[in-house]
Amino acid sequence: MASITQLPVPPSAPARPAVRPRPRTKGPGRTRPNFLGGLGGWLWLAIIIVPVYYVVVTSLKNQAGFFTSNPMMPPSEPTLDNYKLVVENDFARYFANSLIVTVGSVVPALLVSFMAAYAIVRGRSRFLSWTNNLFLLGLAIPLHATIIPIYWMITRAHLYDTLLALILPSIAFAIPISVLILSNFMRDVPNELFESMRLDGCSDWAMMWRLALPMTRPAVVTVGIYNALGVWNGFLFPLILTQSPETRVLPLSLWTFQGEFSVNIPAVLAAVVLATLPLLVVYVIARRQLLSGLTAGFSK
Amino acid sequence: MSTTSGSSRRALQPGPSGWLAAPALAFFLLFAIIPLIGVLFLSFTSWDGLGEIKLDGLSSWTTVLTDPVTGNALLVTAKIMFFSFIIQAPISLLLGVFTAAGQKYRAALAVLYFVPLLLSSAAVAIAFKALLDPNFGLGAGLGLPILAQEWLGNSDLVLFVVVFVIAWQFVPFHTLIYQGGVRQIPASLYEAAQIDGAGRVQQFFNITLPQLKYTIITSSTLMVVGSLAYFDLVFVLTGGGPGYATRLLPLHMYLTGFKANDMGAASALGVILVAIGLALALLLQRLGGKNRNASQLEGA
Repeated sequence: MASITQLPVPPSAPARPAVRPRPRTKGPGRTRPNFLGGLGGWLWLAIIIVPVYYVVVTSLKNQAGFFTSNPMMPPSEPTLDNYKLVVENDFARYFANSLIVTVGSVVPALLVSFMAAYAIVRGRSRFLSWTNNLFLLGLAIPLHATIIPIYWMITRAHLYDTLLALILPSIAFAIPISVLILSNFMRDVPNELFESMRLDGCSDWAMMWRLALPMTRPAVVTVGIYNALGVWNGFLFPLILTQSPETRVLPLSLWTFQGEFSVNIPAVLAAVVLATLPLLVVYVIARRQLLSGLTAGFSK
Repeated sequence: MSTTSGSSRRALQPGPSGWLAAPALAFFLLFAIIPLIGVLFLSFTSWDGLGEIKLDGLSSWTTVLTDPVTGNALLVTAKIMFFSFIIQAPISLLLGVFTAAGQKYRAALAVLYFVPLLLSSAAVAIAFKALLDPNFGLGAGLGLPILAQEWLGNSDLVLFVVVFVIAWQFVPFHTLIYQGGVRQIPASLYEAAQIDGAGRVQQFFNITLPQLKYTIITSSTLMVVGSLAYFDLVFVLTGGGPGYATRLLPLHMYLTGFKANDMGAASALGVILVAIGLALALLLQRLGGKNRNASQLEGA
């Protein structure tokens, strides 16, 4: 960090970094500071952080302050009134709805995906490989193109404007990627372990819970977090399958809040911050789990 | 994943029952595959979303295929796909390489890079709507007239604004994928290259890039197919406007179905969406040769 901020970037260096071998201490040849890389890294940080900073700073301004002060400056008199306004506008209910839909989708999705992944990895029937192919196909299809039949099914089942209407398709849409990641991890469980358990007379059902689940637990947690992110932030299903405030989830509440309080930008941005806060807490607690698992799932 | 261990396993044991995959399959069939067939069926009907569904031959298709807005939506989608890809792919790859290296400051930057992953599209769109306001946003804050434009009201600029916001939201995810891919490259390859006197740039082009082949295919597939799903972000950010400037295909489908109440035409658009998604996925697989999922599938 220090080397980047203190040393000026040589004017000619970015165009053509010197090409010669270097003695290394550790890592794949990164002893010489990479100025161009560092510069790009800090630039991208600015791109990421400026909008976040703006949102947080603005959410702490009162409306008069918003119209008169410099938009990029912190407020002279920070206020939490905007947050109060958001909380008073049923934030707790939307939060609870989001939580119900997320847990209600992710837990069943994990359960059925785990069983399917186990069967696909350990089994060998034509039916199972066909099932796996179908799930892989599901990864390639923009499933959101199916919203109209889903809307029809949900209305015909009299589930329109209920939380279950959001949960059922969310489970289905989470399955392909969950099965793919879980089965990738399950293939790494040594076959010998299964064989020795089988010799001890274990059934597949028992092996699944007593061997496969503990061995793939990090992957299960990871897939759970990944799906939870998607469902928690989902917007399209709530938009087409619910309408009343009683069934509103957080992302949709941001949109309706924006419609109702369009003049009060600080309050709208306070709602954005509040809606993101729960995930930020999860990120702080379980960052490694989330990030390492995601990469393992995709680049294995 | 060797076929020999697979075949010896086959000889030894029966494998789990296919029933374990049944719940996942049932969910997926009910809420993904049946709607997929349903969208094709509904494209041959006329339906306003509430009343009776009437078989209506090819009239929805005639409407959709003769409507200039459809062609425009396809063009907008193609443009957003193209520009998103050529902006996101190199940035994600470079950031992935950047964050995969061991330095402490890079790890610290990476923690912040991934913050956009936590935000819902609705939150991102609302934040950028405020940030891009010419009077109370970034341009006014920094006192730079060039940044104080009617970003979202100018039909020449708005497409690139949308591409930028999409990149802001999705580059972190692809960075994560590349970071994982880079970390799996054996350090011995770099060591050997250094002994041969290869510099950083040569190592990047001769080792990193070829070794990332499968990661590039995975990330690119997700990027291109994913750009058919940029619905919520654009919906909240611009609503498809000004005029039809950012009305991309999924948004056009939603507005046709749920705002203009022409579910038949919307279903026809949905079919087009699925067809494009499938064609792109197959094309990318073909271009990149067999990907790992396919080869794992065959080995299993």
